[in-house]
Amino acid sequence: MFESLEPLLPRVRKPVQYVGGERNAGTKPWGSVPVHWALCYPDAYEVGLPNQGLMILYEVLNERSDALAERTYAVWPDLAALMREHGVPQFTVDGHRPVGAFDVLGVSFATELGYTNLLSILDLAGIPLHAADRTTEHPLVLAGGHAAFNPEPIADFVDLVALGDGEEVVGDITDVVKAAKAEGLDRRATLERLAAVPGVYVPGLYEVTYGDDGAIAAVTPTSPAAPERVHKRTTSDLDDWPYPKKPLVPMAETVHERMSVEIFRGCTRGCRFCQAGMITRPVRERSPQGVGEMVEQGLKSSGYHEVGLLSLSSADHSGIGEIAKGLADRYEGTGTGLSLPSTRVDAFNVTLAEELTRSGRRSGLTFAPEGGSERLRKVINKMVSEEELIATVSTAYEHGWRQVKLYFMCGLPTETDEDVLQIASMAHEVIRAGRQAAGRGDVRATVSIGAFVPKPHTPFQWAGQTAPDVVDARLRKLREAINSDRSLGRNIGLRYHDGQPSLVEGLLSRGDRRIGRVIERAWREGQQFDGWSEHFSFERWVAAAESELEGVDLAWFTTRERGEHEVLPWDHLDSGLDRGWLWDDWQDALAAEEQDDCRWTPCFDCGVCPTMGTEIQMAPPGRPSLPLTPVEHRTSTPIRNPAFASSAPSTGGRDE
Amino acid sequence: MAETQGGRPSVLKAKAGDAPHPSAPVVGKLRMRYAKRGRARFSSHRDIARTMEWTLRRAGVPVALSQGFSPHPRLSWIGAAPTGAASEAEYLEIGVTEHLDPAVVAREVDAVLPDGLAVIEVVPAGPGALADRIDTSVWEIETPGVPDDALAPAIEAFLAAPEVSVERVTKNGPKPLDVRAAVAELRLSLTRTDEPADADREDRARAATCGRLTAVVRHTTPAARPDDVCSALRAVAGLEFPEPNRATRWAQGRLDERGELIDPLAADRAAPTA
Ligand code: SF4
Repeated sequence: MFESLEPLLPRVRKPVQYVGGERNAGTKPWGSVPVHWALCYPDAYEVGLPNQGLMILYEVLNERSDALAERTYAVWPDLAALMREHGVPQFTVDGHRPVGAFDVLGVSFATELGYTNLLSILDLAGIPLHAADRTTEHPLVLAGGHAAFNPEPIADFVDLVALGDGEEVVGDITDVVKAAKAEGLDRRATLERLAAVPGVYVPGLYEVTYGDDGAIAAVTPTSPAAPERVHKRTTSDLDDWPYPKKPLVPMAETVHERMSVEIFRGCTRGCRFCQAGMITRPVRERSPQGVGEMVEQGLKSSGYHEVGLLSLSSADHSGIGEIAKGLADRYEGTGTGLSLPSTRVDAFNVTLAEELTRSGRRSGLTFAPEGGSERLRKVINKMVSEEELIATVSTAYEHGWRQVKLYFMCGLPTETDEDVLQIASMAHEVIRAGRQAAGRGDVRATVSIGAFVPKPHTPFQWAGQTAPDVVDARLRKLREAINSDRSLGRNIGLRYHDGQPSLVEGLLSRGDRRIGRVIERAWREGQQFDGWSEHFSFERWVAAAESELEGVDLAWFTTRERGEHEVLPWDHLDSGLDRGWLWDDWQDALAAEEQDDCRWTPCFDCGVCPTMGTEIQMAPPGRPSLPLTPVEHRTSTPIRNPAFASSAPSTGGRDE
Repeated sequence: MAETQGGRPSVLKAKAGDAPHPSAPVVGKLRMRYAKRGRARFSSHRDIARTMEWTLRRAGVPVALSQGFSPHPRLSWIGAAPTGAASEAEYLEIGVTEHLDPAVVAREVDAVLPDGLAVIEVVPAGPGALADRIDTSVWEIETPGVPDDALAPAIEAFLAAPEVSVERVTKNGPKPLDVRAAVAELRLSLTRTDEPADADREDRARAATCGRLTAVVRHTTPAARPDDVCSALRAVAGLEFPEPNRATRWAQGRLDERGELIDPLAADRAAPTA
């Protein structure tokens, strides 16, 4: 259907995002396979294309001989209006096929802010918004990703939810869908069969009842096929899953233009605010060897000149020193950059950064203490003392960095004005120590602050969210405190966003099925692209909540603290964490007691490993570092194409 | 991934190339003619530049890097076709650090370009600047919904006019642009060279409602684009275009005194190999 889309493209912004044709993408003939997947990232192409999860599943599914996968992204309002006017439906960018024709529409939700876009996409695709209104001719709508660990707010709009790692479950779903099509099963029977797949939750097979206090009374399966609890999936050996092997390289500009390699999954530092860390346990490391191979392959097939070593805190990989040195040696002088995200606040971070920058320019280094006071850092289990932070930062300034960025959160449980104001004294101290260490006055620090949103499956799932006006007021006071010392304050930058969007994020994070009506109302009033400030309207959300909720309200879902025995909307979805352990950790938080990391201290029984049958996987030490023979000193050729030596024409490498 | 709240990971970042280490010297330059076709016509110049950088790395072409803290590949671009327009005649100059067979470079790069981009020719750069050999473009413009019959009188009126001004939105606000002065030649494209003889009936029916014109346009500042040519026809003859036009640049070069276009790579082909 590209012919019907094409005449619309000259009339929209950045048309290249809709044409597909990325390097390493491909299409299969429609009739060659029984199962057709449309994979969707419900945000703009520039954000969705680099998404690793989607890229991995795209490749995994297309490697199967019985399935094809194509991709679709949210369409900006300018093109959406033209598509409606001309009757052009939501399409995939690979084959430009109508999304409504696929068997499965898999939507990856990294955040809850994609929910309204889901409705736009379904609507443009001609798929009924409500799962209950769909028939056998419509795709099965599947939600996955971190936000899907509480899919209740979108339970009415999706047929299926996949919990946990996706690599294996997409194959299991494919098998069932293939069999169901061959046997001519109807939609209900297909869904019941899918409900038996581990990790798959079919919301339509459960009934939710509410008590007089507004809280959930019970979540009950309505079909014998639906299990009482659904357990997440865990991919165990990352070295068996070296995806993406061939990263998609778009022509359009996107937010991450680099070759990304996930060096481990999971995190057991136990930061209590961090949902990603809690729901992806245990830690599973990719071997340095595996990392080296993926980087090499990925650079070859993409041509990128930047490598991102991804994970929740990459400096924690047991072999990170070896990996960083190996890669820095291997690609020295090729103009290839290395980067890795790190949440550590210690000297090792500086050492590692030194390795990555070698003799290069040292512009900025980032640390995330997250909490302003030592007490608050104990509450959130971010174990770093002020002395340690100052010492680390001083080392950084001493080694040539001129700027540090410090990340904090505001609105954390038990937080007072005083806790936040300590950010100012810490920043002052950083500048003072930095000037001394660097021996010059022009060192800078940037303080970045995000508003805290309590998330499901974390110890803070019971916490009351701090109201936006309280957060905003604290940040105003913080600004004054920073500037109270003119001499230090002028070297400190402060960045924060206003707190209102966080309240909506909180509503969508911890909401139950009643929030579906709020989402639909907000969307009908024009809300979409919630992650983009120019499209976000707090007033629209507040009005939608007021008109659609009965007996409970926005505050009930957000700023209210929950009790120990309240049924939480996601209690029947098992991330592996033991509810009793989470509650104890919440109580420890309130008492400002810390919890160690099970990678370096004994197991503290969070519940994940025994329930999921998993174990911590650390890369075995002592293996040869990287499988890379030292290259002869080549200063300009980043990747030598072996095809150059032979006369055989190389193939384009597209899968067909 | 790693879109975690709070744990917004800090990013340890480095560019190995940030070091002002000596990169290999430029030993020569290659000139490339490439095409932008099909869906790729919707890419902007920035998109193509980025894509070409990665493509050259995939192909293993030893592109020279500039010196300094953030080295970038030595690529020079000559007047890129606008977003939405196709082209069979785009030009790029590549500084390389090794002597290479241009034919092999052409083949290797072409093999790893994304769909819609294609290498047409690579030659070693001879003396003189490529930019000096390009001052004119030959465009073919398809006008869906406006048949040749409707175009013909408008072309006549355009050619007879001493000046046809259209408004162009530039960085510094709207500016008048005299399209007549930029257009050296404007006519119906009578021969449909790219159409297979057995084009099915639907295609031919479509052709009956879609005119085609050929415009030879001198490069001015700001440049007169295919859209401007259509706007000029609207201005001079009240012609309305119900659908966006589809333009293809067939050639670029220097227009000689006799009105013939000289292939900009002809001089390089003739020059003894460096
Ligand atoms: S069960 Fe024990 S070893 Fe496994 S992630 Fe939890 S604390 Fe760590």
